[in-house]
Amino acid sequence: MAVRADLSPARLKISFLQTYLCSETERSARRGHSVGTPREDTPRGHPAAAVRCGGTRRLLSAGAVIGAAAPRYRRARAVGGRQLRGDRRGTPPAVPPPRAPALRSPTNTFTVHRAGEKSRVPAPSGRFSRGIKGEGVISLLRPLLLDVVPTIQQTAALALGRLAYFNDDLAEAVVKEDILPQLVCSLSEQNRFYKKAAAFVLRAVGKHSPQLAQAIVECGALEALVICLEDFDPGVKEGAAWALGYIARHNSELSQAVVDAGAVPLLVLCIQEPEIALKRIAASTLSDISKHSPELAQTVVDAGAIAYLAQMILNPDAKLKCQVLSALSQIAKHSVDLAELVVEAEIFPVVLTCMKDSDEYVKKNGATLIREIAKHSPELSQFIVNAGGVAAVIDCIGSCKGTVRLPGIMMLGYVAAHSENLSMAVIVSKGIPPLCTCLLEEHEDHIKAAAAWALGQIGRHTPEHARAVAETNVLGTLLSMYMDIRSSEDLQLKAKRALKNILQKCTYLPALEPLLHDAPPNIMKHIVGQFSKVLPHDSKARRLFVTSGGLKKVQEIKAEPGSLLQEYINTINNCYPEEVVRYYSPGYSEMLLERVENYQPVL
Amino acid sequence: MAALVRLETRLSRLREEYFLKNRSVDEDRKIVYKAAVKIQSWFRGCRVRAYLRYLNKMAISIQKWWRGYQSRRYFRKMIKTAYFIMKMNFYNEMAVRIQKRWRGYYVRKYTHNYYALKKYLEAISLNNEIVRNELQEYAEMNEKKKKKKDLEKKEKEKKYKARKMHYLLSTEQIAGIYNSPFRKFPDPMELLLRQSKPLSHRQQQPKSPFTYDLYDWPTCKRPPAFPTGEPLPPIGRQKPQGPFRDAAEVLRQRYKPLEPTLRVAASISSPLEKAREEMKREEWRKCIHDNEFLPFSSYHKNEKYELSIHASEKIGKETYGIKHFREVQPNKWIAGKV
Repeated sequence: MAVRADLSPARLKISFLQTYLCSETERSARRGHSVGTPREDTPRGHPAAAVRCGGTRRLLSAGAVIGAAAPRYRRARAVGGRQLRGDRRGTPPAVPPPRAPALRSPTNTFTVHRAGEKSRVPAPSGRFSRGIKGEGVISLLRPLLLDVVPTIQQTAALALGRLAYFNDDLAEAVVKEDILPQLVCSLSEQNRFYKKAAAFVLRAVGKHSPQLAQAIVECGALEALVICLEDFDPGVKEGAAWALGYIARHNSELSQAVVDAGAVPLLVLCIQEPEIALKRIAASTLSDISKHSPELAQTVVDAGAIAYLAQMILNPDAKLKCQVLSALSQIAKHSVDLAELVVEAEIFPVVLTCMKDSDEYVKKNGATLIREIAKHSPELSQFIVNAGGVAAVIDCIGSCKGTVRLPGIMMLGYVAAHSENLSMAVIVSKGIPPLCTCLLEEHEDHIKAAAAWALGQIGRHTPEHARAVAETNVLGTLLSMYMDIRSSEDLQLKAKRALKNILQKCTYLPALEPLLHDAPPNIMKHIVGQFSKVLPHDSKARRLFVTSGGLKKVQEIKAEPGSLLQEYINTINNCYPEEVVRYYSPGYSEMLLERVENYQPVL
Repeated sequence: MAALVRLETRLSRLREEYFLKNRSVDEDRKIVYKAAVKIQSWFRGCRVRAYLRYLNKMAISIQKWWRGYQSRRYFRKMIKTAYFIMKMNFYNEMAVRIQKRWRGYYVRKYTHNYYALKKYLEAISLNNEIVRNELQEYAEMNEKKKKKKDLEKKEKEKKYKARKMHYLLSTEQIAGIYNSPFRKFPDPMELLLRQSKPLSHRQQQPKSPFTYDLYDWPTCKRPPAFPTGEPLPPIGRQKPQGPFRDAAEVLRQRYKPLEPTLRVAASISSPLEKAREEMKREEWRKCIHDNEFLPFSSYHKNEKYELSIHASEKIGKETYGIKHFREVQPNKWIAGKV
């Protein structure tokens, strides 16, 4: 354990990094308690530390692993704060016992790297990476990228990527330190592991914000990534495609830049590759590119992507199906022509099998795709109805819970909105009961608003439609939603509009009666109006109206003379004989009693 | 003479009388003249007025006649247009009736055909039923597949465990843990152990621990082997004495990537030769027998039938292929393990 003084520069670099990182782990492992042992105060220039730990490769992997600690911590944090307490499965000495001084134990790096590889390591990434940034680890890692040994380069790149992935400050630091041009240059020359690591770094930097992605584009990374897309190794292609996808995600200028670099035909070739992961990533990248504008979607379509995407819907892998459906829906959403192109690729009725998939997100994306197609024109909606799409979507809505239902609900609304025949088709396919249950059960306001809107679209066409909606007694629910102060603005607005639309056509009196009692004046107008239209012609309804207390309620309504409401009330009153109207007017009993009092009996 | 004197006295006054007479006549002349003019002008005026009156009457009569003529014409026209309008209204009415009927018929039959709509909606519900059934079947099929896969996985795991723990098999002397003497019949695990072949003692290759870093990549199924064949020399080794080159240089040279020239990278044979070789290989591969193809069945008439091996054996039926095969002879096995 003697100090070896004559260390080559490479070893020195590695040793510095190692000591630094080990001490850093130690520090972080103690959860930021600033316990300063003498060793930790002087992390640098301590070649002795290098001695204690053997193996250069292990040290570097320690560096990479520290970066790995961060993601595992995040994952563990998501799982739920058990990892900070003692509940760690199979964690060997991940946290070196506090009493042992930092660098004395020879197994230190071993513990560090074991920690990285096996456990949910309690490395608080926030404090940790701030600590790291404070000391400028990026500038430490940067010269390692130029190292002679390829392993060191690759691991350094990996470490950079991991650090940048979870923290956008570090990503900015990566950009500021001019590491990107270096990476880009070496992307074209190096072997496939380096390419993968470099693509990972680019992806990590590009994911955080459009400015960082712009910085990546400006240093010419796109051409290099596109060249990587032509590589033989599927891992390299995947890394490059992923990086391109994250860049193109932010806005349409960046997407346009990616398309201008010629990525789209290569991505379409990548989709045809046999590896599932590569297909997934390529599909997700195409989805990100085409989501911004119709021209970009058209570019993707021109490269012939739709046929391959349509074939991949049959693939059993759930995540791949998700991405493929999302890509198709992003293409179809822009215009009628694109939607027709997607439909011509014969996705129906295959897409309907996705609605029965066990994975929820496949169902959601399938419903989104059908929605985007249905919303453009009545002919497309007709086509979907003829293919049985409405039934599949309705079953899907019935079987899911939560936001997964939302695209399905909107699809029903769009289909019903186009014409009354389509709306009748939705009713006939038993579409209304799931919508009602959705309205009652869901907790989120926006889903309820969507359900209310869809019901309004279904019921607004003719009295028959309104009757079908009203028979399910959903009008009361809509009214209560409108009146509830806790509902959001959007929900109240949509509920009111739906209610109005349905009421203006509703002639089904048993459903209207309960509403008479609670409705506010602006809704009351419509209800009373409908009564005034139906009652003059139907004697049974008149009788029912009286016996159910509706006439009494109508008398109690105070309306300004000359307003529409008053006219309706007059019309209703004219349907009945005078005495009946007087009998039910408010205060009649008092009036009678007064007459009794004032009566002089004739002896 | 008295008359003359009288005349002479009057003579002196004659000139004056003559002058005065003429002068009075002159003095009256203006008045008389003016009177005459007045009378004449009045008379002329009467004449002219009479003439004008006459002209007026004539003009009135002409105009009267002309105006009557125009109005009658106009009236005739008016009547014609009124009649025309009446006719057109009538035609319009009739046309509206026809169009009403036609439009009602057309709309009811083609545009908003109630019965077609009803049928369509019934067809839709039928189609929905079919689609729902099919989707249900598809979902069930998927479920079954998944269950089957899970079951198979469990089976495989069990079998693997049994193979690993073959030593727990019970022997004649010692009953194994799954074959307790107090049980009526052995545990299923015991039976499984009896059937399984012991797992051979395989050397576990020491997996390099640094490959775990790269396992996170989705397509990484095996740890990527870095191009370093041997581990790097440990740090702190003393610089070897002697005329050795610097370690970094050596490493750089060792790991210099291969950059073959085009000639080396390309294969030796040209595409033409490769194609030829390919053809030859195909022929060798596809050739089943060397018999020449004889075109007509008459060529095969005098061929003698050759008995197969099975039939031509004198001793008896050949047991190979029926009773035993070369590879597997379970009756020769020591233990009845699969």
